[in-house]
Amino acid sequence: MQNKLSKNIFFIPYVLWIALFVIAPILLILYYSFFDIEGNLSLVNYQKFFTPVYLKMTLSSFWYAFLITAISLLVAYPTALLLTKTKHKQLWLLLIIVPSWINLLLKAYAFIGIFGTYGVANGFLEVIGIGSQQILFTDFSFIFVSVYIFIPFMILPIFNALDELNPTLLDAANDLGASRWMTFRRVIFPLTLDGVKTGCQVVFIPALSLFMLTRLIAGNRVITLGTAIEQHFLVTQDWGMGSTIAVFLIIIMFLIMFVTGNRKQGV
Amino acid sequence: MKKLIQLFLVIALVSALLLYTISKLNSSQGFTSSNTLTIYNWGDYIDTDLIDRFEEETGIKVIYETFDSNEAMMTKIEQGGTTYDIAIPSEYMIDKMRQENLLVPLDHSKLPNLKNIDKRFIDLPFDPGNKYSVPYFWGTVGIVYNSKMLGGKKITGWADLWDKDLKNQILLTDGAREVMGMGLNSLNYSLNDTDEAHLQEAKTKLDALTPNVKAIVGDESRMLLEAQEAAIGLVWSGVASEIMAENEDLEYVVPKEGSNLWFDNMVIPRTTKNVDAAHQFINFMLDPEVAAQNAEYVSYSTPNKEALRYMPKEVVEDERFYPSPELTEKLEVYENLGKKNLARYNELFLEFKMHRK
Repeated sequence: MQNKLSKNIFFIPYVLWIALFVIAPILLILYYSFFDIEGNLSLVNYQKFFTPVYLKMTLSSFWYAFLITAISLLVAYPTALLLTKTKHKQLWLLLIIVPSWINLLLKAYAFIGIFGTYGVANGFLEVIGIGSQQILFTDFSFIFVSVYIFIPFMILPIFNALDELNPTLLDAANDLGASRWMTFRRVIFPLTLDGVKTGCQVVFIPALSLFMLTRLIAGNRVITLGTAIEQHFLVTQDWGMGSTIAVFLIIIMFLIMFVTGNRKQGV
Repeated sequence: MKKLIQLFLVIALVSALLLYTISKLNSSQGFTSSNTLTIYNWGDYIDTDLIDRFEEETGIKVIYETFDSNEAMMTKIEQGGTTYDIAIPSEYMIDKMRQENLLVPLDHSKLPNLKNIDKRFIDLPFDPGNKYSVPYFWGTVGIVYNSKMLGGKKITGWADLWDKDLKNQILLTDGAREVMGMGLNSLNYSLNDTDEAHLQEAKTKLDALTPNVKAIVGDESRMLLEAQEAAIGLVWSGVASEIMAENEDLEYVVPKEGSNLWFDNMVIPRTTKNVDAAHQFINFMLDPEVAAQNAEYVSYSTPNKEALRYMPKEVVEDERFYPSPELTEKLEVYENLGKKNLARYNELFLEFKMHRK
């Protein structure tokens, strides 16, 4: 009896948290999205979202988020695989995570210096004879810095999945005559797929609404939905339109979660 | 369980202690007797010697606090936590603050020195009759360029930016009014124009500028221009004078087609507890000698006509920062266009940003 009571008491913070900080804000965003700039109830914002400007923005946000996720995955998977094979794997893992403790803004400013016309990167290009290039304010710098920032979040879940992999399974595959590539394709990868899915979610969803880097590193040459939301809330004070974009982002994120979701399956 | 409760108790105790310390600190700092004056200004935007002089002359104790954006300043005044007696917002903010009832009307009989302000800067659209505000400093929006990087090429107006040789050389500021204003001005339209056809025309014109635009940035532009990341920047004159002091190759020009004229103004916010001292301070700052000393320290343009007599000739005659009356004729102050038009400006600006080379 007492057990049940205390269980209910412990439930209170959870319910309060969910109601106040998850459900209420989403409802508020939904509520605001039905008001036009003059505060009249209307669907004009939703109409506006389906104009070329915002559709184009959505597509380009998707494209960049996809590139960032794909490149992160391509770099992270081999890295995680390598990490599980090293001796002091926790130490190596820590070294990869440490940069994520540094403030994002500081890292962005550092990259302005590194990628600038007279920065280290261009200095190197000069030395090896390629000559100075424009690196800052290009698609390349934007994707590079984004990948750099997101990569720990991709490595961690994949590393955990690989670490939990039962080594006897690999031995079994080996005994049964599978080549190394076959073992990877048929045993390791399918068993770590959940880690990959989690990693992709954790990277793709924030990448979809990146906004500060678009100005600092891409010089506003890359416009994402996040940039538009920021502008609508802070500059235009068109909360309705900002909220509408946010509503679409939420819907898109739910769809992604649904598609890549970890539906438990029997092994 | 016991440990958990202990932990909670410790956290509660520490929080209580912190709260107490904060309130104690606040009360020791923000003492609001009739003898203090709290000024809320931009960072490094006054000669502090003048504050000492004001304290000496009047026996009023000055508390000086700074802000870094108009929006932050307005929010803090709206909250009303601190009793600010003087604030220095930009002109577009004054209209907003007035509508929100955050300003106290000025008593002109207590401001005899108001007569020193240049007539050009009195009775402007953002505050008819100077009912709530007195101009503090003024300036323009213009082009800063690195003559060395451009090989001695001179820039005199907006039209020069569309030059094909300037590929990837321009840093624009991340402001819809500034950039759209540039587009409108380059077509000889007013930068307060709201005609849809004109706005579209300006946007098309701006799209043609894209190959020359390296980036659209915020405050980083100072750093980038100083580091010669780009040769040309769209900036406020205040920013220009600051970075020109750091890099000798930089030049500033107010475009001949016309541009924006901005003002920072002294106002008395609703939070005031000492209206009398606030008037005394405004009147003090309007004194020609004081204004001249302040202008020399801050190196922005003063609207105080009498003060110019006390300032070095080369500063006052520098047309970059004290443009000739013919040019000032062409400069316009941003009008409050209303939310709807502002949204339109921002939308077009967003479209311009999305336009690819």
